[in-house]
Amino acid sequence: MENIVEIKGLTKRYDRKEALRNIDLSIEKGKVVGILGPNGSGKTTLIKLLMGLLHPNKGDIRIDGESPGMHTKSVISYLPDRNALYSWMTVKDALQMYQDFYQDFDDKKAEDLLQFMKLDRTMKVSNMSKGMKEKLNLALVLSRRAKVYILDEPIAGVDPVARDQILDAIIDNYKEDSAMIITTHLVRDMENIFDQVVFLGDGEIILSGEAESLREEKNMQIDDLYKEIFG
Amino acid sequence: MNFDSGLPIYMQIVEIIKTRIVTGILKSGEKLPSVRDMATELKVNPNTIQRSYGELERENIVFTQRGMGTFVTDEESTLKGLKATMAREKIISFMEDMERLGYGRDELPGIIEKMIVEGK
Repeated sequence: MENIVEIKGLTKRYDRKEALRNIDLSIEKGKVVGILGPNGSGKTTLIKLLMGLLHPNKGDIRIDGESPGMHTKSVISYLPDRNALYSWMTVKDALQMYQDFYQDFDDKKAEDLLQFMKLDRTMKVSNMSKGMKEKLNLALVLSRRAKVYILDEPIAGVDPVARDQILDAIIDNYKEDSAMIITTHLVRDMENIFDQVVFLGDGEIILSGEAESLREEKNMQIDDLYKEIFG
Repeated sequence: MNFDSGLPIYMQIVEIIKTRIVTGILKSGEKLPSVRDMATELKVNPNTIQRSYGELERENIVFTQRGMGTFVTDEESTLKGLKATMAREKIISFMEDMERLGYGRDELPGIIEKMIVEGK
């Protein structure tokens, strides 16, 4: 299988503090990868490096064969860990912005996703609950035909109903020819959708592997393993 | 769906599907839900469902027809065997539980018989 993401010896320092240390990670097409770790473990730093928003001190990142830049930005669809839409926008405005911004935006898909999420076009972002904002952001992100989807904490702080809708949308939009990278500390709710998991602690990979192999080897679910590692 | 045991999820799904077959929710020769539909229903990665279907196929409990989907076998002997195996597993786990409660194996038939007579 072809690796869509290749990370080698990645290190990132803020002043003297090492936020990430010597990270190696390969992700194949068609895989859903969970980056698991408590707050401050380096998850968001890793994502910002993948997005080209930060530059590494050492190491190499290849996405679709290239270093983070114009090309990689065009093939990554990114859900930030907080609402990225302006509060004055309606659903329709947000949709329009995505259509204008991204050539790979699929109108039909967006239509389906908005309906699935029960989001009306006239709703205003400023009047939405946290769960609704998350659903709208995710619907837009999943409507792009990207090669890599990066979802940063997609279910943090949303109610159980919205959480289920978000999980369903992620599963329904799984694609064989693209990869998904999802960060979370809510392992119990999300572990069943991961092919591969990476336990990130204090800026280092503590453990990584195929989720099913780890379950078999450790004789426990990933959530229990998470508690054992970080508990 | 919560998968609580230490078993890999694809194995737990294999068990779920076997139970559906034995209890008649999925009938002999019936088409299984598509991998995607099953993934949505159980809220798991489609690759996991694919693996479960593959395992069931290896055990000859289902078969795949190219472009048509995956079907429950219509071999009666396989289905009977599956039922017998599942019954056996349940009985073994029951016996182990009872042993943990301090009952000897020789006491079990009497206990069961008494319950049947009492109509429980």
